[in-house]
Amino acid sequence: MNNQRTGCEGQQPGGFRESSRRSKRSVDLRTTADDCSHPEGVPALLWHPSRVLNNLPLPTGGLRYASTTGYFLSRLQREVRKPLFLLLALLLGCSAELSAQQIGNPPSEEGVTPPRGIYVIRNARIVTVSGPDIENGTIVIRDGKIEALGTNVSIPSGAQSIDARGLSVYPGMIDAGTSLGLVEVGQGASGTVDTSEVGELNPNAKAIIAVNPHSAHLAVTRVDGVTSAVTLPLGGLISGQAAVINLVGTTPAEMAVVPYAALVINYPRVGNRGGDFGGEQQQPVNLTEALATSTRQVEQIRKMLKDAEAYGRARDAYAKDKTLPRPDQSVMLEALVPYVRGERPVIFRADRENEMRGAIRFAEELKLKPVILGGDDAWKIASLLKEKNVPVILTGILDLPTREDDFYDTLYENASKLQQAGVRFCISSGDGGPNVRNLPYYAGMAAAFGLPRSEALKAVTLYPAQIMNVGDRMGSIEVGKMANLVVTNGDLLETRSAVRYLFIDGREVKLNSRHTDLNDAFKNRK
Amino acid sequence: MKRTATARILLLTVVWCTSWINVPAQQPRPAEPNETLIRNATLLTVTHGTLENSDILIRRGKIAAIGKGLKAAADARVIDAGGKYVMPGIIDCHSHSMLDAINEGSLSVTSMVRTRDVLNPNDVDLYRALAGGVTSLNLLHGSANAIGGLNTVVKIKYGHPIDEFIFPGAMPGIKFALGENPKRSNSTVLPGVTRRYPGTRMGVEEVIRDAFTRARDYKKTWDEYRAAVARREKNLIPPRRDLQLEPLVEVLEGKRFVHAHCYRADEILMLINIADEFGFKIKTFQHVLEGYKVAKEIARHGAGASIFADNWAYKIEAYDAIPYNAAIMTRAGVVVSMNSDSDERARRLNIEAAKAMRYGDLTEEQALKLITLNPAIQLGIQERVGSLEVGKDADLAIWNGHPLSVYSRVDTTFIDGEIFFDRQQDLARRADLQKERAQLEQAEPNRPPARGVSPQAPRGRRPSHADDDLWEGDIYQP
Repeated sequence: MNNQRTGCEGQQPGGFRESSRRSKRSVDLRTTADDCSHPEGVPALLWHPSRVLNNLPLPTGGLRYASTTGYFLSRLQREVRKPLFLLLALLLGCSAELSAQQIGNPPSEEGVTPPRGIYVIRNARIVTVSGPDIENGTIVIRDGKIEALGTNVSIPSGAQSIDARGLSVYPGMIDAGTSLGLVEVGQGASGTVDTSEVGELNPNAKAIIAVNPHSAHLAVTRVDGVTSAVTLPLGGLISGQAAVINLVGTTPAEMAVVPYAALVINYPRVGNRGGDFGGEQQQPVNLTEALATSTRQVEQIRKMLKDAEAYGRARDAYAKDKTLPRPDQSVMLEALVPYVRGERPVIFRADRENEMRGAIRFAEELKLKPVILGGDDAWKIASLLKEKNVPVILTGILDLPTREDDFYDTLYENASKLQQAGVRFCISSGDGGPNVRNLPYYAGMAAAFGLPRSEALKAVTLYPAQIMNVGDRMGSIEVGKMANLVVTNGDLLETRSAVRYLFIDGREVKLNSRHTDLNDAFKNRK
Repeated sequence: MKRTATARILLLTVVWCTSWINVPAQQPRPAEPNETLIRNATLLTVTHGTLENSDILIRRGKIAAIGKGLKAAADARVIDAGGKYVMPGIIDCHSHSMLDAINEGSLSVTSMVRTRDVLNPNDVDLYRALAGGVTSLNLLHGSANAIGGLNTVVKIKYGHPIDEFIFPGAMPGIKFALGENPKRSNSTVLPGVTRRYPGTRMGVEEVIRDAFTRARDYKKTWDEYRAAVARREKNLIPPRRDLQLEPLVEVLEGKRFVHAHCYRADEILMLINIADEFGFKIKTFQHVLEGYKVAKEIARHGAGASIFADNWAYKIEAYDAIPYNAAIMTRAGVVVSMNSDSDERARRLNIEAAKAMRYGDLTEEQALKLITLNPAIQLGIQERVGSLEVGKDADLAIWNGHPLSVYSRVDTTFIDGEIFFDRQQDLARRADLQKERAQLEQAEPNRPPARGVSPQAPRGRRPSHADDDLWEGDIYQP
């Protein structure tokens, strides 16, 4: 009867449950909280990591916890989101953990940043994205940038020339919602997972610090045409700072396009259900308690941001006038200053209508520069998003519809509806790493359901660049922009197309990866 | 008494919730015409190439004719599919859709349990799969056990009674599992709880060997008994039936297909060795992420492979997975299919198949076979489905573009000549459904209480996970 009541098969005392929902969204950064996220009879809200870590009394019956943020990590991040799991694993010595050193190391040449050079791509169809296509065009690459572009371009001496007859050149794709480089193998190798810091408020946790430039995911991703990504920390309420990275480099610094690009906030979700009648666990949520919790969490975030605002003012005042009392230095608050001043974007992870509305109100109140990451329900509040000029990074295009009575194409159509309403948006895989290479198929599916193909292409190139404030440097083929280019034998978003040449930051990058290497090693085994 | 009452409430809840959630199932279906003629389409027959501007005539659920300028009866349903594509219905060789339970995870050998007993025909994800051109599913037990439960092959006759889902004549099958899942390596063992055997790949092998040793003895006992009966011996006592061993005897006799979940090359070889030793065949290796490393051994055994297109790195034993797996095994002579193991992925298996063209340069026809004829072969239903051929079941879908293109979607899905998904009908119904939903939201039971606990929502009809492998870490990984 236990199973019957919880609706979550396998819910049993002492079991360490995985979310059943998670599998559906296994390629997501996040899943909804509408899953079997807590042991029988224990509201998810009690299962907070901070509670566990503070040795607060734990209800008996299970060890699964649910984050009150309402966001869950994919299996790739889940180890870290479960401090208790880690603790147990250590205590019991029962896990088969591998160290980060044992996996992820690519063949040597992949790990070394290739040199910049002078390149000329000739006779290509150039899909500039920002302007019209150029047939039989030429691109000159020098010093990492696109130096010249067009049909009548003088070719510098000493340039390496690529005849791209019959091929197309596109700007490299950009996935604005990943944890690339922060996790190698999510399950069974928690030593390789660096997505989520312990505790709720970690504004100074910086993704760029932990990005592993030698993760096998990077080469696997880039050889399919995704040349850049936003890599995000995921834990707690304030997760940390995301970075915009190029997917090549020996060091994090070489990869970084914008090392501190955005603050990531998991906007608190009320309760763990709402709206969804088809879910698994059906423990009634105590709405009063759930509301109180989310209100408290929002207040936690608000307080920290206001403290940072005050800290910034005190710091600046002291800098001008040393007779004032010297404010104590705080790495936490220091990190937040550019965000509370609206100088850099704040990414709110929110999927449901209520959370998005809450995040937008919150951002307005604190004069932040908000970006929504997730956005499953964004089509419902398109006019609000348009009015407030809040961009959305859609990560759920290939998720199952949230509610059982949603139309089958609700999420396929989301992008098209936002585009028609004039909302700024882009399309992301929302994947932790291994499946980021599938980004073009997310855009392709949106195009199959109403989004014009040219918009679908922009949604994975120029739009993510613009949303992340690097639209002047990346995302399209224009003179002066970073030479992140993909040369293909067909439509960039089509599954059957193949990448023929790849340039990142003006460097020609070899098209090998862990996968091509294993293929080469075994394909001719007799 | 208490139990009965609870059961009754549950039943009522289910009835109540199915009565309005599954609206597509509730729509009265118009009487199906005897004949349907799809005209001017590009037919991807899979077995006889691509036929441009051709017609396909469906009569009483079967493909009656394929050609140009076909004529149909006066009362036939005629669909002009000019500019569109018709391909056979997609067959998903690894699904947990419509199962109310996935794993009987308490024992390492659970060959006595049947997925047939937990089918839920009202699962809305079935409709979503139909909208992706899928018509048949291999519903497998989960992978928690070295020897799991029995499978069920179904046609997705969404809205029909459950008995009509069962694929007539499909070969019975059973799930095996190797590696991290059956050894429970990703589940936490709590203090005071005894760990389930086996805990290593050595133990997994031993569990299977032990089970087949017992099955062989059991078969011998019955064979001897039957021989004695045939000799008309007197006063014979029949052996006691063993429901756990009976399916394994069927495996030994070649009457039941083995679908074995596996990852690493070594464990694949291990199972081939056991099968050879006991004289049975593995019909499919499921997932078989390192199959490309031992493709020739798999081909030599005669096993098929049912795989993901490109999933990798979600756990240690998935770290050597490569998207070239389909191409390498296909070239080695293995019958390969692309499966979903996920209600989400099931909706876009066409894209998964197309990935085999990107990685490893399979042809269009080879790619299409991965989701049509090949899984049909793996389930023993290739005489009925898997290609567009006269005499086969009319399980097919009309696509608005080439199904291997990322820009294409399904217009209409047929099973046995009957329409189970039609995009235009779906769109036409939406206004009414939205109105109905608004009314329901106004209904008394949905009013939020002033405070305290919210009203009890109906139980989800099944755990909605579906991935076999993307979701383990406890007993209930599928």
